[in-house]
Parts: sequence; structure tokens; C-alpha cells
Amino acid sequence: MGALNLVIGRWVERLPAWRPALTDLRGWVVPLLLLALLEILVRSGVLPAHQMPAPSQVAQTLYLLAQSGELWRHLHASLLRVGAGFAIGAALAIVIGTWVGLSRRAEAYLEPTFQALRAIPSLAWVPLLLLWLGIDETPKIVLIALGAFFPVYLALLAGIRNIDRKLVEVGRLYGLSPLALVRRILLPAALPSLFTGLRGALSLSWMFLVAAELIAATRGLGYLLSDGRETSRPDLVIAAILLLALLGKLSDSLLKAWETRALRWRDSFQGGEGGA
Amino acid sequence: MSALLKLQNIHKAFADVRVLEDVSLLGPSGCGKSTLLRIAAGLDQDYQGGLELNPLLNFGRGSGIGVVFQEPRLMPWLSVAQNVGFADGWVADDQWIEQLLRDVGLHGRSEALPKHLSGGQAQRVAIARALYGKPQVLLLDEPFSAVDAFTRMKLQDLLVELAARYEIAVLLVTHDLDEAFYLSDRVLILGGTPSRLQRELAVPLTRPRDRRSAELAYLRGEALTELYQSHVL
Repeated sequence: MGALNLVIGRWVERLPAWRPALTDLRGWVVPLLLLALLEILVRSGVLPAHQMPAPSQVAQTLYLLAQSGELWRHLHASLLRVGAGFAIGAALAIVIGTWVGLSRRAEAYLEPTFQALRAIPSLAWVPLLLLWLGIDETPKIVLIALGAFFPVYLALLAGIRNIDRKLVEVGRLYGLSPLALVRRILLPAALPSLFTGLRGALSLSWMFLVAAELIAATRGLGYLLSDGRETSRPDLVIAAILLLALLGKLSDSLLKAWETRALRWRDSFQGGEGGA
Repeated sequence: MSALLKLQNIHKAFADVRVLEDVSLLGPSGCGKSTLLRIAAGLDQDYQGGLELNPLLNFGRGSGIGVVFQEPRLMPWLSVAQNVGFADGWVADDQWIEQLLRDVGLHGRSEALPKHLSGGQAQRVAIARALYGKPQVLLLDEPFSAVDAFTRMKLQDLLVELAARYEIAVLLVTHDLDEAFYLSDRVLILGGTPSRLQRELAVPLTRPRDRRSAELAYLRGEALTELYQSHVL
């Protein structure tokens, strides 16, 4: 079997026209096999259907949600929250991270405070946010922004501190102002770290979205999760989980595509086909 | 002839560069050649002594001084053309950039990224970037020490040719005897502890010069004698 796979694999990879499409499809093999296995197990009664719904039933639930328009209402609410929270958190982190990265004085004043704040698990803020800001959109967006802030801030700060002094010196040679130095040398040079931070922040944003919506919401994917639990409908819970996985992956892919485009200049190891 | 820039450093050395003159600072590592150059480029403010820039230097674009470092120091995210015109950013003079890229033998590579260049090509871009500001003095800090011997000879000839064409004085820091005498009108030998100017050798040879010439060999011998005598070697 293994030998056959190897032969087929080699044969496929030698055909240049097929190759890109097929190599992209390789990632689907494992999830599709798992889904098929699950369907068989549930239908044959090995797994109880009232606890573990069959994939086909989850698909039907999703279809019904989409048809009634419920799905779009939840998606819209969640996307808006993640989008706003992530954008606010990341933007603040870029501004403050650049400032602290540039100035030893700013670092001396701010860094200990940020270290302490970072040590607080962000979910611990939830009760306080609910007390201060009520239960509408604001506390949710603030919580997501809080979660998105630290990965970006830390990555950018590390990125700026790792910049080759020799490149900064070229900037000084040309008499760049501090702002021009940031725009033309520091931020581009720290871009690889910044993207790593942004992608980490995005996945955290989805996490905090669920946390925020589980606690107090009437719309959104997190609400769908808790609704499914309260009405004993595992198919609804799994549908929400699937949607979260899909959206998380999709948003990360978008960010990754942007990263690849923006970091075309980078001269680094891309990994090789085959075993390491 | 008045000095374009004058370096007087009490503890280290003394050097000046005149109009259209090519001067080399020669010496072992650690003798402060590079430091002297960094002071001249305005990158090192922590020194005692005098740095006098001829007021003429501030006419025209830029500071009148171009610098080439030991490494190309190109911005990896900018194309070759954007690197050459770095001083002006978005409003760079494209025609001038094209001209400079032709001069350094990289015509047609303006859109390439630094990662696609060889070490020699990258250093050519660095030279073009230093020339972009139309300098009157070019400061070079061991600019060819990281490239192979053949590339080095080509780049040395390129430097001679461009310095003559654009009427640029050159202050070159090097530890390569051949390079110092082949390129310069005057060679200043630094050495000793604390480091100071050991000897000044004029190179009264016309250009183009022949690397194999007996006169160059003789001058190299003189420099070696000096370095032995001052216990540098």
C-alpha cells in the first residue's frame, strides 16, 4: 500500500500540469476521510446520534439555518465584532509598539506595565468589562481588541529590536527624520515579525469572540453554541464549531496571502517537498 | 588647492582630501581607519579633534558626501532602482537612476530585488546609491573586501572610471596594499598604539595604471617596509 502510494505520488508529481491542483488538494484527504468514518460510525449505531450527530445531519442543520436567514444574522454579528476588535487592537499595538521600540525612555516607562497587564488572562477582564460597559457591543469589541493587542505589540517590539543596526545607519546617513525612519526602514524591516504577530492576534480574536458571545449575546456564533447546548442540539453546536473553523481558516488565509505578497522580498528558506 | 574635507583627530590620525584627489587610508585592523571614515561621514559624533567640511560641499544635492560601506547595506524590500534613489524616496529621479545603473553595469536590472543579486552586483548598486546624491567626495570603507579577487579588480576599475567621470574625490579605507596604490594619488599609512599617521606615500603615476607595473610594486615594498618598521606586521 505504502509503495503503491509512493508510486502514484511520484507519477502525479511528475506531471507538471496536474501538479499544482493536486498538491493543493492533498490537505483535504485527512478531513474527508474523518468525515466519512464519522458518518459510518453514527449510521451504524456505534455512536449515539443524540450525542454525536452524523455529518449529513450537521449539513442539513446548516442548510436550514442558511435558508431561514438566521445564519447570516449570526455571521454578520460575529464578523463585525472580530473585524472591529482586531483592527482596533492591532492598530493600537502598532502605534505603541513602534513608539516603545524606538525610544528607550518609553520602554522604561511602559514596558513593566505592559508585562504586568499581559500576565492577566484576558478572560479575567470579562466581569469588569460587563460591569463597566454593559452587555451590548462595546465590551465584546474591547475584549477582542485586548486579546489582539498583545501578540502584535510583542512581535513588533521584538521585530524592531532585531533590525540590523547597519540598515538604520543608512537612514541616519541620509538624514531621515524619526518619522521617515519608522516609515521607510523600521516598519518594513520589522514587517515579517509584524505579520507573525497579526496572525497570532487574529486567531486570538476568534477565541475571544466566542468567550464574549458565550457570556452575553443574542446573536453571533458564540450565541449559537450556547443556544445549542441549552436546547440539547449537538448538531447546532457542531455547526457553529464548523463555521468558526471555516471563518478562522479563511481569515488566516487572507492574512497569509497578504503576508506572502508583502514579504516577496524576503530571502528565506521556504521548506522543501518530501521529508525533512 | 583647498581641502574638501579635513580630518584632524588628536589621538588617532590626521588626513585631508583635496579636490579630485584619491586618498587611501591603509593600516591593520583596529587602527581606527573605519572610525575615521565614520567620523567623516557624520556617523560617529563621539570624537575629539576637528572635522572641517569645505563649505563648497554643501552645494548641490545631498551633503556632497557619498558613502559605500563594507557590506552593500541595501534595503531588501526595495527594488534595485528604489535602493539607488533611496535618498529621495518616492520622488527619486528615474532618469538619473537609469543612468547610474548603466554606469555600474546593471542596466535592465532596476526592478530586481536585492536577494536576486550576487555580492558584486549588490556592491555595484551600493556604489550607484552613493553616487545618486552627486557627491564631491566618496567615502569607501573596505568596499571590496567581501567579494572575490576578480570581481574586486573589476569593481576597482569601475570606481576609478566613475570617480574620473563625475569628478569625485575619493577617501578609501583599506587593508589591501594593491588596492591602495592602484587606486590612490596618496596613501596614508596608519598604525602603532595609539594609532597615528605613520607615513604618507604619494603615487605619482598617470592613469590608467597597470597593475603589473614596477612602480606600483616598488611603492608596495615601501609601504611594507614602513609597516614592518612600525611593528604593525
